[in-house]
Amino acid sequence: MASVSETQAANTPNPARWFVVVVPYLWLLLFFTAPFLIIFKISLSDTAIAMPPYTPVFPGFGAISGYISKLDFENYLFLTEDPLYIKSYLSSLRIAVISTFLLLLIGYPMALAMARAPITLRPTLVMLVILPFWTSFLIRVYAWIGILKPDGLLTLLLQTIGLMGPNEQVLIFRTDIAVFIGIVYSYLPFMVLPLYSALEKMDNTLLEAASDLGCPPWKAFWKITFPLSLPGVIAGSMICFIPITGEFVIPDLLGGADTLMIGKTLWTEFFGNRDWPLASAVAVVLLIMLVVPIMIFQNQQKKVV
Amino acid sequence: MKSSRFDATVLTLCFAFLYIPIIILVVYSFNASKLVTVWGGFSLQWYRTMWSNEGLMDAAWVTARVGVLSATLGTVLGTLAALSLVRFQKFPGRMLFSGMIYAPLVMPEVITGLSMLLLFVALNIDRGFWTVTIAHTTFTMCYVAIVVQSRLMTFDRSLEEAALDLGCPPVRTFFKITLPLILPAVIAGWMLAFTLSLDDLVIASFNTGPGATTLPIKIYSQVRLGVTPEINAICTILIGFVTIGVILASISTKRTELRRIRDEHVALRGTT
Amino acid sequence: MAKSLGPVKRKFSPWTDPSAVPFIRFENITKRFGDFTAVDNLTLDIYEREFFSLLGPSGCGKTTLMRMLAGFEEPTEGRILLQGKDISGVPPYRRPTNMMFQSYALFPHMTVEKNIAFGLEQDNLPKGEIAARVEEMLKLVKLEPFARRKPNQLSGGQRQRVALARSLAKRPKVLLLDEPLGALDKKLREETQFELMDIQTNLGLTFLIVTHDQEEAMTVSDRIAVMDKGVIMQVATPAEIYEAPNSRYVADFIGDINILEGTVSTTESALGAPGAVRIDCDGVSVAVEQECQAVKGDRVAFAIRPEKVRISPDQPTDTSFNAVYGEVWDIGYLGDFSVFLVKMADGRIVRAAQANVSRLVDRPITFGDMVWLTWPLDAGLVLTR
Repeated sequence: MASVSETQAANTPNPARWFVVVVPYLWLLLFFTAPFLIIFKISLSDTAIAMPPYTPVFPGFGAISGYISKLDFENYLFLTEDPLYIKSYLSSLRIAVISTFLLLLIGYPMALAMARAPITLRPTLVMLVILPFWTSFLIRVYAWIGILKPDGLLTLLLQTIGLMGPNEQVLIFRTDIAVFIGIVYSYLPFMVLPLYSALEKMDNTLLEAASDLGCPPWKAFWKITFPLSLPGVIAGSMICFIPITGEFVIPDLLGGADTLMIGKTLWTEFFGNRDWPLASAVAVVLLIMLVVPIMIFQNQQKKVV
Repeated sequence: MKSSRFDATVLTLCFAFLYIPIIILVVYSFNASKLVTVWGGFSLQWYRTMWSNEGLMDAAWVTARVGVLSATLGTVLGTLAALSLVRFQKFPGRMLFSGMIYAPLVMPEVITGLSMLLLFVALNIDRGFWTVTIAHTTFTMCYVAIVVQSRLMTFDRSLEEAALDLGCPPVRTFFKITLPLILPAVIAGWMLAFTLSLDDLVIASFNTGPGATTLPIKIYSQVRLGVTPEINAICTILIGFVTIGVILASISTKRTELRRIRDEHVALRGTT
Repeated sequence: MAKSLGPVKRKFSPWTDPSAVPFIRFENITKRFGDFTAVDNLTLDIYEREFFSLLGPSGCGKTTLMRMLAGFEEPTEGRILLQGKDISGVPPYRRPTNMMFQSYALFPHMTVEKNIAFGLEQDNLPKGEIAARVEEMLKLVKLEPFARRKPNQLSGGQRQRVALARSLAKRPKVLLLDEPLGALDKKLREETQFELMDIQTNLGLTFLIVTHDQEEAMTVSDRIAVMDKGVIMQVATPAEIYEAPNSRYVADFIGDINILEGTVSTTESALGAPGAVRIDCDGVSVAVEQECQAVKGDRVAFAIRPEKVRISPDQPTDTSFNAVYGEVWDIGYLGDFSVFLVKMADGRIVRAAQANVSRLVDRPITFGDMVWLTWPLDAGLVLTR
């Protein structure tokens, strides 16, 4: 009875209860929500206030407002003028959409195979999916450099088995293909787990009933299994799509100079050009782009709770 | 049984895809040759150079301290957040609160990192060890909240009511009944928070300062210069560290599971 | 249904004594959850040393009522008095009541001993006293050899007894039992019912039990309150509830009963018996010797328990008996009883139960037989509600 705890919470005010809510609430307001307001404000200010990193002469709030007396949309205008930014955003979206699709293509059969495995084997399979997730993201991307390099292990393998001449090389390192491989590799557990949990709790008698009513297995999959796993598909897709759009490490380490992704552009703007207001504007636009997917993800999570 | 053979093939291919790169990385950390494609025999020399690399060791120490501190803080805050979400169906701003818990899970790291940096700058806080720790606490607490929340949702509230009924005040009930029973989830949350902190490059890069270079930042700066067996060595140690931790944790849960099953057998025999 | 009025108990009926002071008093209690009214303006008195049952289907408000007494819910309106004192606002951990939970709620990380000692430790009693009391409780529920076990090393019946011992350890003024036997199988449940009654009598405590199992309520209780939709339908002893239900709802809820709707056609004078009425049940006329307020023309129901209906192939000679004629439509063999479903000319069915006194070799009445059902004037009931 959900209503029981509701009325209880409402009826008995208690300092301990308030402590439980207020402490994490304030922490998140200060360190998660407030920064978004600041980033928005800075994005409207002029480049002049941008201080190079590591020069701790940035004054407090009062002085800041002095600096940013001239709030305008200059930075946003600049984003529309230089085709680099628009291209970066579009390219990020393209890469995120394609890789989410690839992840579904690989992750769905894998999750389905896990859900159909003998029940005694399932916990081990789940652990095997989670285990790479516990090892560093950076390390896992790094591992691919040695494989994909022109003089790397993939070339060596193909030469050894004779699919490639001794002077030929695999030339996918520092291209979009390498980025796709890196993304699929890194995000596969995030796609598989929500799919698996949706597929695993599916009642097997539904398929038996379908079969009993004369529905062949492949049709039963599209008419029963897939529609019922849609919440998992949406959750997995959002969990992958949103962070991939802002991905920095993978395009930076595996992608080429022509691999445009907005995370990389933001990083360069911030660390390379030290243009903080412009970097902030880039971040704000990215955030606005992701508002809808994030809302979908939140709704999905709430349904689970 | 055609589908089961298909399933086995899919699983084999996918797990090979997931594990082969890591295995190669580990194997080549023991390579005497400096070249990735040439096997020069077994050697531990890269572990020795790694050990004597002071910059790397300093970074490892910073990372460990940030990890323990932020994981601990994040676990406390995340557990409180999970309690708020599960136990209080209504309070002002609950929508915003649950939004703030879920959003960091998917928020691109560049956005989180940059926005937090701007906060520290606005508050005139020097960046360094503490800013990285606070940043890590903020995003790890959300993961802890999710882990603990899922345990709390299956928690039998009548256990707490029984304690209250027997004269135990609410706060003491939490420490004597609730906490001991959700402890496995809290520990799992801590471990997750610790590894996430250990792992993070982007948020740490934005929020770090002089003298607070973490291991991922160090590794990243070296990786950009190319693949070296020394990095393979430190990666291998990190992987080994985490793998042992995860395996130990799963063995201990398996053992408690086994004990539970055995206990139930005892109980059944007791009745007949 | 096996009619059980419980074993012969001490003469105990404080509710008939107008000078007796109730131990617990629910006074105009209303409890709402949002739009849903769980308990609706309910007033109820429970006396000291009483074994009192709240009986009703799930969702009737019985558990909510108990939880308000334990302090887990606060009434929306009204007040609860315990020994004359209003206990509104007193948190559960300061109330002199203890509860045995439906799920038992045994602390899984503590041994049996520690579970029983938990409540005593909250009162900061000296160690020796706690140990002695735990020992006493273990003995009471016959679990001494299991003191060091964890709850999941016990069988369902043993867990139930630990839960009982834990809730009794603090010697509460009132023990609340929420479906205490619901998780046990039928045999164990019946045994435990008698154990509970012994413990209640020996310790001289007040027990309030919530149950949806009418047999359980009939067996253990001094009095039963039958609830429906947040309202009490009837409060009475088990025998009264069974033999003299005050409404169609109670009659139908407790045991098996035939109910025929009808109109009062004649009252006492014409029948020559005081308080008797004749009811015309849409063509079937029955007479009932019962004092009731019904007057000629009232819509009422006539009710009779199947075991009070006699079945015979021969037309009765005694005209003072009620009699109806019909065809045996179905027979249910229950072992101790057989139930005959007899269809009257208009299609309505009346059930008659007959004890199987001799072994079933040669059934005198079988499917399709035309039979007479008879019952004396005082066997049936008039239900006006």
